[in-house]
Amino acid sequence: MTFADIIKFVETKAAGKSSIIEGKEVILVSPDNWVEISTLLKNESKLDFDYLMCISSYDKGDNKTYGAAYNLFSTTINHYLEVRVETEDGTAIPSVTGLWQAADWHEREAFDMMGLQFEGHPNLKRILLSEDWDGYPLRKDYKEPDYYRGMPVPKDKTYWD
Amino acid sequence: MEEQAIAKSVLETGEMVLNMGPQHPSTHGVLRLKIHTDGEIVSKIEPVIGYLHRCFEKHCEYLSYEQIVPFTDRCDYLASMHMDHAFSIAVEKLLDVELPERVEYIRVIIAELQRIASHLVALGTFGLDVGAITPFTWAIRDRERILDLFEALCGARLLYNYIWPGGVSHDLPPKFVERTLDFLDYFDPQIDEFNNLLSTNKIFIERTGDVGVLPPDVGINFGVTGPSLRGSGVNWDLRKNEPYSIYDKFDFDVPLGEGTMGTIGDTWDRYYVRVLEMRESAKIIRQACAQLPDGDVHEAIPKKIRPAVGEVYGRYESARGDVGFYIISNGKNIPLRVKMRSPAFCNLSVLSEIAEGWMISDVIAILGSLDIVLGEIDR
Repeated sequence: MTFADIIKFVETKAAGKSSIIEGKEVILVSPDNWVEISTLLKNESKLDFDYLMCISSYDKGDNKTYGAAYNLFSTTINHYLEVRVETEDGTAIPSVTGLWQAADWHEREAFDMMGLQFEGHPNLKRILLSEDWDGYPLRKDYKEPDYYRGMPVPKDKTYWD
Repeated sequence: MEEQAIAKSVLETGEMVLNMGPQHPSTHGVLRLKIHTDGEIVSKIEPVIGYLHRCFEKHCEYLSYEQIVPFTDRCDYLASMHMDHAFSIAVEKLLDVELPERVEYIRVIIAELQRIASHLVALGTFGLDVGAITPFTWAIRDRERILDLFEALCGARLLYNYIWPGGVSHDLPPKFVERTLDFLDYFDPQIDEFNNLLSTNKIFIERTGDVGVLPPDVGINFGVTGPSLRGSGVNWDLRKNEPYSIYDKFDFDVPLGEGTMGTIGDTWDRYYVRVLEMRESAKIIRQACAQLPDGDVHEAIPKKIRPAVGEVYGRYESARGDVGFYIISNGKNIPLRVKMRSPAFCNLSVLSEIAEGWMISDVIAILGSLDIVLGEIDR
């Protein structure tokens, strides 16, 4: 199905629960509706998004809005969809590990790097960084610590330019 | 009675947690596995990753697009060309660049040579994991010839920085095509030798046939891709299903696991799919060499990469599976966010599921057949 067909189908099944981001082939879902929409996308045989490729976390840059972009694909019907779920002020996003097991590690990574909270995740803890790490490094307002376990962290960034 | 009581107090029968790694020759890098065992039988595995984390995604937020390419090399260091190619394709999608034909052909030739080289390491080290030492030396010997070709091409043997957004860094050196064809003539019979040595070896089949079966639906649900998924009989290859570059111009097959030595999707199938893929890659290289057009490889390289505001998800079939680059641009020469979908990351997450109920020694075989590269998992 094309993007327009998918949107039409989703609208008939769950009217008003999702919106299209202007000028893009992306749908935006609020955390409250994400359980319903994700179940629909996965279990409805006409959509059958059986393969969750990637969850990318991102920072909108205003210090309170963070989002996750889900890239979904159907290996049986061969169509693609990008869904975004955005949260403000640290509201949790419902976890989709029950639908796609692949989400387990991807959600842990989004939590580790961007500090997104996933409600209902069986094991939400840091995956790439060590357990005692402070802060979420991919946030735009992240400040590197001066010391890590007694070791000074180099601050000179002139060589990056 | 008394003896039994003593035996019971001495021999505890609870679950034991066995630590494997981070420094262990069979973990293919710095990977730690917490293996929960009941006697010899594995009940659960918790992979602990992150020992090789080098902040790739954070670095990308400070580097211009051209400067990111050498960093992608270092993600999957056994298939660096694939990483360069994947990232370049994503950026080109964002920029909407039209590439010269010659660039596309060169890229395909190089990518398929890299696939052979990467699979040779995968097969060789897999043999090493299950106790066969000679196949490793043979595989590395043949890979050496490909590295020689790459050295002639761009001077580097491991981290190439060869494929750039919009083109490639150098045109092919003189006699490159002849040397590549020479290599393929040499290499085709070597695959048969390799099969005689390892694939049909009885001890090897005992260790791998029927072991660690990955059912297709579980594989898709966990996001497993590449040869590991095709071993389960799922016909899923981006080169065929969503042809990028010019893969739709070539005639090649997608080898699938058939359960020759046991069940479909067992460790042997995952291994053998890679052997067959090397033949298909050779087929593609021969066709590409025969059709290679003339042209300037530098003409489409942009002077300055400054994509419009927007985002892109670029996909690529690397030696390990489906690589994705999710790039958000805010109109500057530095990306706002780069997220890499690492295929080995997802492939490793299925380990606990398929190793459950097998012996500790089988975990080594199953892990080897997933062909993980820790540089790419930890980024």
